Amino acid sequence: MNITRRQLLILLPAAAVAWESVLAGTPEAAPNYNMTDHWWSMLIDIPKCIGCGNCVRACQAENDVPDGFFRTWVERYHVTDWNLENPQVISPDGGKEGFPVAKEDAGKYFFVPKLCNHCADSPCTQVCPVGATFITPDGVVMVDQKYCLGCAYCVQACPYGCRYIHPTKKVADKCTLCYHRITKGLTTACCEACPTGARQLADLKNPKDPIHAFLKTHSVQVLKPQMATGAKVFYNALDGSVR
Amino acid sequence: MPGVEGFMYPNEVSLYWSVLIVLYPFITGLVAGAFILASLERVFRVEAVKPTYRLALLTALAFLIVAPLPLQLHLGHPERSYEMYMTPHRTSAMAMFGFVYLWYLMAVLVVEIWLDFRADIVALSQSTTGWKHWMYWAMTLGSANVSERALAIDERVGWVVTLIGIPSAFLLHGYVGFIFGSIKANPWWSSPLMPVVFIFSAMVSGIAAVMLLYMALMRLRKQPIDMRCVDTVASYLFYIFIVDFSLEMLDLIHRIYEADESFRSLDFMVHTRLYFSQIVLQILLGTLAPILLLFVAQVTKLSEPTRKKIYAVSGSLALVGILAMRWNVVIGGQLFSKSFLGYTTYKMALATREGLLVAIGLTLLPLLILAVLMKVLPPWPEKKHASIPEAVAAH
Repeated sequence: MNITRRQLLILLPAAAVAWESVLAGTPEAAPNYNMTDHWWSMLIDIPKCIGCGNCVRACQAENDVPDGFFRTWVERYHVTDWNLENPQVISPDGGKEGFPVAKEDAGKYFFVPKLCNHCADSPCTQVCPVGATFITPDGVVMVDQKYCLGCAYCVQACPYGCRYIHPTKKVADKCTLCYHRITKGLTTACCEACPTGARQLADLKNPKDPIHAFLKTHSVQVLKPQMATGAKVFYNALDGSVR
Repeated sequence: MPGVEGFMYPNEVSLYWSVLIVLYPFITGLVAGAFILASLERVFRVEAVKPTYRLALLTALAFLIVAPLPLQLHLGHPERSYEMYMTPHRTSAMAMFGFVYLWYLMAVLVVEIWLDFRADIVALSQSTTGWKHWMYWAMTLGSANVSERALAIDERVGWVVTLIGIPSAFLLHGYVGFIFGSIKANPWWSSPLMPVVFIFSAMVSGIAAVMLLYMALMRLRKQPIDMRCVDTVASYLFYIFIVDFSLEMLDLIHRIYEADESFRSLDFMVHTRLYFSQIVLQILLGTLAPILLLFVAQVTKLSEPTRKKIYAVSGSLALVGILAMRWNVVIGGQLFSKSFLGYTTYKMALATREGLLVAIGLTLLPLLILAVLMKVLPPWPEKKHASIPEAVAAH
């Protein structure tokens, strides 16, 4: 094959560009994912939760969550009709292994799965001194663990107790809404593992997402609405006693 | 779970801000308070407190040098702390720490100390030999002119720097209060009064510390205590203490009367886990007792030795009270669950990076630095420095 000097001059830069992309590695498996097309949230259907702890175990396995800390956990509420303001709440080991049998018959029992609310106006990202924690354009609150100082100011600022300092990495850690999964068209580990469909990932920007029909026909609430954080985890049939 | 009563969110069980974060507002408070005491003489011309002027400045510097250390030791990644300067997050109160700190250290305190000591430094560079000579020579920064005109300029510029320094001292400590007061997630902290309470408590602790140091140093130097000076400092301590206590009571009464959703939980905490540190140490021993003692010294004619004893006891109690107040804010704010349904326990480690021994070391370190600073820049020049002009020596 004969290459003229002119052809070589054209080919060399093209080869350099191609080599750059080889060095950059394999492109993402979901090349069509566009962050601005999504606005992620989650729907928790409280009457459907059976407190099995599958979600907690799935999250720990998927995200390598250290023992004693939780990206998601389940609480069991016991509310008696005469003492609405003082519910009895337990969450043994985050509900990872389920719950003990209820002793009392009086009042009502229900489970409340918790996770980061991926607030649109999140107090945790507001206070980070270096901006290591941030909101992605598709509405997920994340931590850049290579940048975080580990000052724990965000842990103090979260009204829901969703953050912790990773005991070995010494940086802030929290639910990422399984960002590595949802950007590839999968659902979160907790939603996938839920046997009753009590947890459903929802994309508020997707008009075909069933969340829209659900929100129209159900009475949903977010946790601590008085905090005005723009929480995006919606709870169906949330009892007023839940904190 | 051991140490937990009721229900805590699972991630809340261990505390994330330790005793070192208690020390941080305590130390910066001493800085701001000592500086404000110094400014009394400089800006407000309260001549009586003159003997404490230079000591107050050096005390402020000694504590300011140590102020970032507890924060640095507390960070999970101290090696990344420079990022606060490189890429500060504009919406974060904490991101401003580095800038407020640097401003206060370099633009206010160091400049003021240098201006005030310049004539002494020049004289010392001439009267010393060897490495000391070179050290003082370097400290003159090439400005060896001690003519009357030059000293008058020093005085004038120093006055302006102090004038800038007063709001800066307020900023330094008000900002520390804002870090806590602006956290809406935590009802124990979230209060617009927090920065104001922090400023006044800072003044109490700084003034008490300088008063105690002055009396202790005079005793060590076997020199008479200037009672006019100590009486005046004690009266300022008394007045500011009253304001500080009123503000704290206002906060307390407001909380009790409003009794919002967090009240029962916080009230229980104050009556149980915080009882000793809040009711006994902070309010009874650390506030009411010194206020009462200072009040007695104000309204009765007591002998000099009795007044000295009263000032020593009330100053020490004030420091204990303010340290307890910092403890109650920082640790107390993490002992209850944000669900308001339970309480945890703070287990202070002994010999770890954030343990008790480090905390004690960090509390004593400023005193060591102060001793060195006083060796280098004697706040009360000996008579033998005859080369120092009379007007400056008397400063």
